[in-house]
Parts: sequence; structure tokens; C-alpha cells
Amino acid sequence: MSDLWDILMTVGLWSSVLRIATPLIFGTLGALLCERAGVLNLGIEGIMTFGAMAGWLTVFNGGDLWTGMAMAALSGAIFGLLHAGMTVTLGLSQHVTGLGITLFGSSLSYYLFRLAVPVQGTPPTIEPFAPYPIPWLSDLPFLGPTLFSQTPPTYLAIGLALTLAYLLARTPLGLAVRMTGENPHAAEAQGLDPIRIRIAAVVVGSALMGMGGAYLTLAAFNSFFPTMVQGRGWVCIALVVFSAWRPSRALLGAILFALFDAYQLRLQTIFGKAVPYQLFLMLPYVLSIVALVAMSRRVRVPQALMKPYRRGER
Amino acid sequence: MRIERRETRPAWLVIGAPVSAVLVALMAAGLLVGLSGAPVFEAFGRMAVGAFGSKLAITETLTRAVPLILTGLAAAVAFRAQVWNIGAEGQLYAGALAVAALGAANPFGAPAYLLIPMLLVAGAVAGMILLIVPVALRLRFGVDEVVTTLLMNFIVLLFVSLAIEGFLRDPLAFGWPQSVPVPPEARLEKLVTQSRLHTGLIVAVGAALVVFAINRFTVFGLQSRAAGLQADAARFAGAPISLTLLKVACLSGGLAGLAGAVEVLGVKGHVSTALSPGFGYTGIVVAMLAALSPIGVIFAGLFVAAMFVGADGMSRAMGVPSFIADVTVSLALLTMLIALFLTQFRIRR
Repeated sequence: MSDLWDILMTVGLWSSVLRIATPLIFGTLGALLCERAGVLNLGIEGIMTFGAMAGWLTVFNGGDLWTGMAMAALSGAIFGLLHAGMTVTLGLSQHVTGLGITLFGSSLSYYLFRLAVPVQGTPPTIEPFAPYPIPWLSDLPFLGPTLFSQTPPTYLAIGLALTLAYLLARTPLGLAVRMTGENPHAAEAQGLDPIRIRIAAVVVGSALMGMGGAYLTLAAFNSFFPTMVQGRGWVCIALVVFSAWRPSRALLGAILFALFDAYQLRLQTIFGKAVPYQLFLMLPYVLSIVALVAMSRRVRVPQALMKPYRRGER
Repeated sequence: MRIERRETRPAWLVIGAPVSAVLVALMAAGLLVGLSGAPVFEAFGRMAVGAFGSKLAITETLTRAVPLILTGLAAAVAFRAQVWNIGAEGQLYAGALAVAALGAANPFGAPAYLLIPMLLVAGAVAGMILLIVPVALRLRFGVDEVVTTLLMNFIVLLFVSLAIEGFLRDPLAFGWPQSVPVPPEARLEKLVTQSRLHTGLIVAVGAALVVFAINRFTVFGLQSRAAGLQADAARFAGAPISLTLLKVACLSGGLAGLAGAVEVLGVKGHVSTALSPGFGYTGIVVAMLAALSPIGVIFAGLFVAAMFVGADGMSRAMGVPSFIADVTVSLALLTMLIALFLTQFRIRR
């Protein structure tokens, strides 16, 4: 048993925890922002896939890595605009629209990827983000090689979580977003435009999802392949509930989830002979469901979530 | 801009809107085909030939339509009651796995006319159980079934992989991970010789008719619709909402499980992780294209199957990636949503 404890304290484990957590942080923040404004965005899985493809293709064609991230964010924003146009402006079912966007986003990215990169023996690769140790801080014991020696997008993700936490809780803008998600009629009575606020929240949130996808191809791996997002988007949707719609808790939730994921990878190498590896791979999904059930009673859902707002209708 | 509910729905709109939705999706697909440099009209011609051009092509399209009709029905039944079952893919695999495990064992040494119905029921029950869990979690704890059914798809697929590499592994499959084949007497009969088309087509169309009858003529059909339209009003009127939703879960999960069972007994004869190229997810598109009507699901299933089979043929001939079928079909889902909206509302300046 002491082996299991020793793994938990290694630098290698914790440094991979933040690597695994980064796309989840981006995705969870994006989904959280949409939901705080009252829109469930199930397009996340497809938007992340498209972001992964768009970012990778930009870099593959000679763009630099940050241009790739920006293209992923831009394509995410465009899908967000489509989602918002259908669910906010027209008030269509958020469930079905989101799933449609997931199916459309992922199949379109596979199609465009195949057009740009015909089938080859080995998939082509790019030079991904290199770790950037932060001066001085990276010399700290333990925290240095784990927290402060990550790739730049990881710092960006953590920074975004803290920024979004501040914006939502402490600024008039955040109050407007939260009000729209709780009671759009009251927001309208305050002179706000709930429809515009929702559209903006979904567009920005979807851009974050796109960046989460791009992290996979530009930092975690160096190539794109179909089904690479592997349900991470759905895990993010579960993490939003787990975080009780708070960005700081979303950050913690994503790290906790990633810790579990990294730990099961280590356990696989120890118990791989005796226990089928599929059981370990199932654990993250099982954990998400358990977290949903455990949190469902305690959290307060934004009151106007999934309720379309039409002016003059009750 | 103002959105108003229509008081009447003119017939030309009700028929024209879905048709134009599909046309818009096809036109967008044409643009994407053009992007690949292939001649667009020739490509669509090849697709039509690939789907309907020969006896073999037609039987392939019909074969592909069978699981899509069943998963389409599964989605239609659930969505009508606002049960968001996105787990048809997992339920399909659960049904397939149950059939493979029981079929290979054939515990009672039953003859074909008993064995096949028994296996089909077993597949349906496996799918049912898989959907009852998330629906019960929603009723008991208020957990959104969208996320739980989605996550369960991944769990089930991993379990299938575990089974076919472990206790159900076929030792004669040259190292390919697939299950022990079901015995020949359990296989569904062919409808057309020298093709893959099997009697599962009758099962699928029959299921659509049964669902139509349930919706139209039974109290449960009415209650499930009421639960979807206005749960509070339905509860006030004395409808047992929880019980209704659990029954809906049985029907929807059962249909998806049946799809897996039919696919194993009719086409593959064994289970592998390549059994379904996303039939469960595509079923959602089929259901929406049919505007959740069970009879419409038959035609929507045929259309989507034709797109996939046609795109395969076109892809082989012209080198356009066959993902174009997925793109067109998912785009048709989005345009169809807007079309249905336009039949119910009008937009005023």
C-alpha cells in the first residue's frame, strides 16, 4: 500500500495532472460561462474537436502556436454564434441544438482534416508548445517542477479561471450575466438586454471550448486524429455541475479529476497484469457520474438555465 | 425583430419546410464537395448510384437503414416525452453483448424459432436496463440524463472491449478482438439471396408500426406526450409522471438494445467495437428529421442510410472523404430544427 502513497507524492504525477487538467479547465470554464447566462451548450464536444483540428492545421500550415490557439478560439466563437442564434434568438431546444452542433462540428473537422491531410502511413506532426519554467518560481521545491514548469496555455487556463471568478462575482458585467441566467425578466427590467448578454456569453464560452480542444493538439499531443477528444467535453459538462457553477471550484474540480485520471494511469502499470486495463479507463467516466449524483442535491442550478427567453412572453 | 406563434399551419409550409431543410443541407454539402476539387454534380450522381444504382446497392442501403430506424425510434420515443436519451449507442452495444453472450451459450439448446425471439428480447432488456438507471437517477436525484447517458456510452464501449478481449474472446479470430460467433441457427434469415439484407428489416418496420400504434391508441402514448409537453399540467391532471417516464425509458432503451441484437444476428454474427459506426448518435438525427413521427422515422432512416452508403461509393470512386455523409446528415439536423421552428412561429420585423 505504501507504493500507492509514494506515487501520489511524485513530481511526475503532479506535473501530468496539470497537463491533463488544462483542456478540462478551458472547457469547463466555457460551459460554465454559457450556463451562468442560462444556456446549456452541449456543442462542447464538437467545438473542442473542431478547435483541436483548426489549431493543429493552422500550425501545420506554417502559423505559429499562438495563432493556432487564436484560430481555435475564433472557430469556437463561430460555432458559439450558431448555437446562440438557434437557442437564444430563435429559442430552439438547447439539448437538440447542442447535440447537432457536436455532430456537425466533429464530422466537419474530420472532413476538412482529411481534405487537408490525405491518408498517410504515420500521421504528420507539429512542434508543440514547450514547457516554460517561470523564472525563480520554478526553482521552488515540488511546486517548481510541477506547477511552474508547464506549457504557457496551462498558465493561461489557470489565469482565466481566476479572472472569470473575479468577473462573475465582483463586477457589474458578471452580475448582468448571472442575472440573465437567474431571471432574464428582472434583467430586462433593469435595462439590460438578456438576449445580447446570452449571445455574448455563449460566443465567449465557445471560444474557450475551442482553445481547450487546441491544447490537445498543440501541447498535449502533436497530431490530430478523429475521436481524440474522447468525451472530454461531456466530462466538462459534468464538472460544471460538480463546481456548483463557480469558476474557482471548476479549477479545483478539473485538477481533482485529472489527479484521478493520472493516478489510474499509474495504477494500470502496476496492476495491468491482474486487472483488465479497460476497468481503469472506465473510472474517469464512472467518477463523473458519481460526482453528478453526489452534488445534485447540494447545488443550486441557475434558475433560468435551459429556459428560452422571448421578449414579452412569460 | 419579433417572434410570434402561428395560429394556423398552412399545408405547404408543413411539407415544404422539411424538404427545403434537407435541400439546404445538401447544397452546403455540395459546397464542401466543391472544396475538395471534385465535380459536384458528378459526385452527387455517384452518391445516388452508390445508394440505389444496383440491386446490391439497394439491399446495402436497406441493410444500413435497419439499425438506424431502430435507434431513430429509440430517440423519437424518448424525446417526445422529453427524456433526453443520448445513450442509444451504449444501449445498442449492451443489446449486442447480451445476444452474443447468450447466443454463444444457447443455454436451453432451443431451436431457431424459439432462440431468435429469445435473443431479441434479451437484447432489448439489456438496453432497457441501461436506460432505466439514468432515468431513475433523474427522477430520484435530479441528475440530468443527457450527461449520464452520454458518459455511459463510453463505459459500455470499454466494457465491450473488455468482454471481447476476455471472457467472450473468439480464439479462432486470428487475434482480432471479437466475440465468439453466435450459432448459425440464431442468425436471421436473408431476405434477398447473395446480399446482406436480412429479416431485421421486418423487425424494424414492425417496431415503427407498433410505436405508431402505442402513440396513437394507448393511454401511455398520451401520457408520455403530456409528460413531454407540460409535465406540471400532466401531474395536475393526475398522470403518473415518474411511472410514465420509466416506461418511456423501457421502450426507448429496449428499441436501442433491439438494434444491437438485430445487427449481431442479422449482419455480423459477433460483437466487436466496430459493430456500430455511431448508429446510436445518428439515430438522434433520424428522429429529428422525422419530426419524432414513428412512420417518418422509416423514411428518415432510409434517407440517412442512403447518404452513408452512397457516400461510401462516391468516396471510393472520387476520393472525396466519406465523412461528407456525416457532415450532410448532421447539418440536416440543424436545418431541420430551424424548419420545424418556422412551421410553428413567424418572424415579424
